[in-house]
Amino acid sequence: MDKIRQNLFIYSVGVLFIIILVLAAAGVIDLYIQTVIMFIGVNIIFASSLSIVNGYMGEFSCGHAGFMAVGAYVSSVLSVTLFTANKLTGAPLLPPSLSVVLFPVVILIGGIVAAIAGLLVAVPSFKTRDDYLAIITIAVNFIIVTLINNMAVVGGSRGFMGMKKVLYAMKDVVPFPYILFWVMTFAILTVFIIRRFVSSVYGKGIIAIKQDEVAAEIMSINTNRMKLVAFMFSSGLAGISGGLFAHVIGYVNPGSFSILKSTEALVMVYMAGMGSLGGSVISAILFTILLELLRPFQILKWVIIPLLLILLMQFRPEGLMGDKELPDFFPKLKKYYKFK
Amino acid sequence: MSLLKITNLVQRFGGLTAVSGYQADIKEGSLNGLIGPNGAGKTTIFNLISGFYVPTEGTIEFDGTLINGKKPHEVTALGIGRTFQNIRLWHDMTVLDNIRLSQHYHLQYSLAGALFRSKQYYKREREIKEEALKLLDIFGLKKEADEFPKNLPYGVQRRVEIARALSVQPKLLLLDEPAAGLSSADVKELIDHIKWIHKNFDITILMIEHQMQVIMNLCEDIKVLDFGKTIAEGSPEEIQKNPQVIKAYLGDEGDIYA
Amino acid sequence: MFTSFFQNIINALQWGSFYSMIALGYCLVYGVLRLINFAHGDIFMVAAYLGFIFITFLFKYIFVGGGVSGWLILAITLPVVMFFTSVLGVFIERVAYRPLREKGAHRLYVVITALMVGLILENGNLALFGASSRKFPAIIHRSVISFSGVHITNLKVLVIIAAFVTFAFLQAIVNKTKIGMAMRAISYDKFAIPLMGIPVNKVIVFTFILGSSLAAVAGVLFGMSYPVLNPYMGMIIGWKAFIAAVVGGIGDIKGAFLGGFLLGFIEILIVSFFSSNLKDLISFLILLIILVIKPTGFYGVAKSTKI
Repeated sequence: MDKIRQNLFIYSVGVLFIIILVLAAAGVIDLYIQTVIMFIGVNIIFASSLSIVNGYMGEFSCGHAGFMAVGAYVSSVLSVTLFTANKLTGAPLLPPSLSVVLFPVVILIGGIVAAIAGLLVAVPSFKTRDDYLAIITIAVNFIIVTLINNMAVVGGSRGFMGMKKVLYAMKDVVPFPYILFWVMTFAILTVFIIRRFVSSVYGKGIIAIKQDEVAAEIMSINTNRMKLVAFMFSSGLAGISGGLFAHVIGYVNPGSFSILKSTEALVMVYMAGMGSLGGSVISAILFTILLELLRPFQILKWVIIPLLLILLMQFRPEGLMGDKELPDFFPKLKKYYKFK
Repeated sequence: MSLLKITNLVQRFGGLTAVSGYQADIKEGSLNGLIGPNGAGKTTIFNLISGFYVPTEGTIEFDGTLINGKKPHEVTALGIGRTFQNIRLWHDMTVLDNIRLSQHYHLQYSLAGALFRSKQYYKREREIKEEALKLLDIFGLKKEADEFPKNLPYGVQRRVEIARALSVQPKLLLLDEPAAGLSSADVKELIDHIKWIHKNFDITILMIEHQMQVIMNLCEDIKVLDFGKTIAEGSPEEIQKNPQVIKAYLGDEGDIYA
Repeated sequence: MFTSFFQNIINALQWGSFYSMIALGYCLVYGVLRLINFAHGDIFMVAAYLGFIFITFLFKYIFVGGGVSGWLILAITLPVVMFFTSVLGVFIERVAYRPLREKGAHRLYVVITALMVGLILENGNLALFGASSRKFPAIIHRSVISFSGVHITNLKVLVIIAAFVTFAFLQAIVNKTKIGMAMRAISYDKFAIPLMGIPVNKVIVFTFILGSSLAAVAGVLFGMSYPVLNPYMGMIIGWKAFIAAVVGGIGDIKGAFLGGFLLGFIEILIVSFFSSNLKDLISFLILLIILVIKPTGFYGVAKSTKI
């Protein structure tokens, strides 16, 4: 009985997961709601991956969308060339039915390439900190986006499409809301894994770097390696969110990964409070829903949201949750939640 | 047997020579002092030993290995613990975490181990926590384990910092002005404390200190630095009588206990 | 070859002038508050629009018949735009930044607020004026001086002179006047300065007035030189100018000024030798490499961590 109570939180996440999937497969929730849920999932991955660097390690990376772009393009090009008839390779390189199995692998490869792109920021971070590093991240974002803009192979500024066909190929095998399934799975895994990372003595090394880098180095923490791990981990997860995003929308263009997208990630992380993973998740959900609710206002949406945020910061200058997690506010929650 | 052997150490910052020709041969198990007026280059020597600076000239040999040019975390892993002039704890992390994080050099599990919670991970995390609690217990800090250092009194913070330096299981402990900012009662306690650490942890200590009471009570061998140069060395009694030291430290007249 | 070389230098000087003037505005605020004022590029954009509105107003209601010298119109427009832009700058500081500072919020929250203010300005403008670009009225008749194939318009000369004059003016203010000394003092030590009896908030307001006025000058001149205005023009130029300022060494006026010109030269050279598509890619790569090699920029001083 105790065991059930302690794991109640995890169970309820699992039950919610299954309910959404079943409802989606049965067609009870329509495609629009499904898309919103998927956007929430993508944003959870995007925001919580940035919170590794900006929240826990205390750096100010503002070019996170660049890594999202890398992941999006790599996994899109892979999945389109592998599983569908396309302009680049003509016939699909693999039988389209394999996409059911290989789809997550393709997304992961996008993440791995994005993690390697993360080196562009990680290596300068050995020598630089603070605002100077922030500038480097902005420059990297610009570089990645303009690079894609100039790559005619993937459509340049016109963008790249065909990912919907991959989803159809998967649905041809067995009808099932695959993309919804994978977005939710990756989102849950991401949060889970980041939580594990920052609660281990190993991962807490990055919190030590935030609080006092000199002390971290003298207390035997290899700060350069930890920075490398944090940046690559963070950009790799951003790449995964990008790959999923591309497949949800079915179309990517370099413009969707501009500084504005990076700003969205910053908004979600700082709205949550620096160093609160639960906060990042909550603000990713709130932010996505807010975006959808304000859709009728069209462009005014992007006046209202910043205004709301400025107001929020006037009242809670440390963000919604500061550096605390949910159970710190509601100690009773601890009863239903045991973390290993 | 000599534990730390420094020959002809020179450090220049641009035109400024912070340390010139420093020599040391620190015996295992000894308790050594480094004194001198402000700006004499004492902390620079500590920073050179612990790897923050690469010496312009000279060699630092620790326990038979050449350590100049090594990174601070590598030096620490070899067995040199250190405290700072201004307390540098991680102030927004619990005392227990402060001690635990210093086990980074021998975690013995990988990133994947941490993410997928390998058996080795659980074993090591448990051991690390037990060791940390044991150390805190020895230092009488067990009830402060879940406090944030920033909320603790200054004297306790000093004690936590020394405990943290010891948690890397060093053979050599570098103490940078451990008595700075302490009241006279705390200083007396600190002296006993360092004596006790020296005996119980079987450790070699090199300390910088301005308070003569501490140095004279503790150290067997003292070096006096002025403008980067060693101007005297010897036992407390010899140092007290050395006219050059008195001149450099206190001007022409004065009592060394002032 | 020779003529195209000189033509490029003139073009680069003009293009760099804009970056420099905007970079100077970033640099002023950063120097005093350690705040990356991401809204600054958008203030520049608003200034260009204000110039557009005011000149249109002048033509429609005051100088209906025309026949007024363009220089006179410019002479009236500049101070008016500078005034309104400064009001905007100070308003933003009073309403958005100062309360956060006084609540002791983390530095980065102020930066995020600046980002949000930028978004509001861009999209507010977009909502007001619509997505179509506006054409800045031509007020000064373009006269071309050409010798041996190099064309120099009077506008280009005006822009370059304006950049150098504003730079000299700022240098004088920061280094020679009392309030400039106060600005430098605040950047050194935020906590001790109020104890010295320096009215910190007044100095900060003054800084924002200076920075916004600079953006106003740059905005109006930009509108005259490249008469197509759109709400996002400030964002891209602003981010670029900021990176340029950092490459020069942010917090140092000389550095920001040189950084702006450096970026101008790099971009113009890339456009003339490669293609304009590669402009952003190569220029950012060059800036990135400079920053990796010399993280504090050309004139910036490394803040060494004391151990």
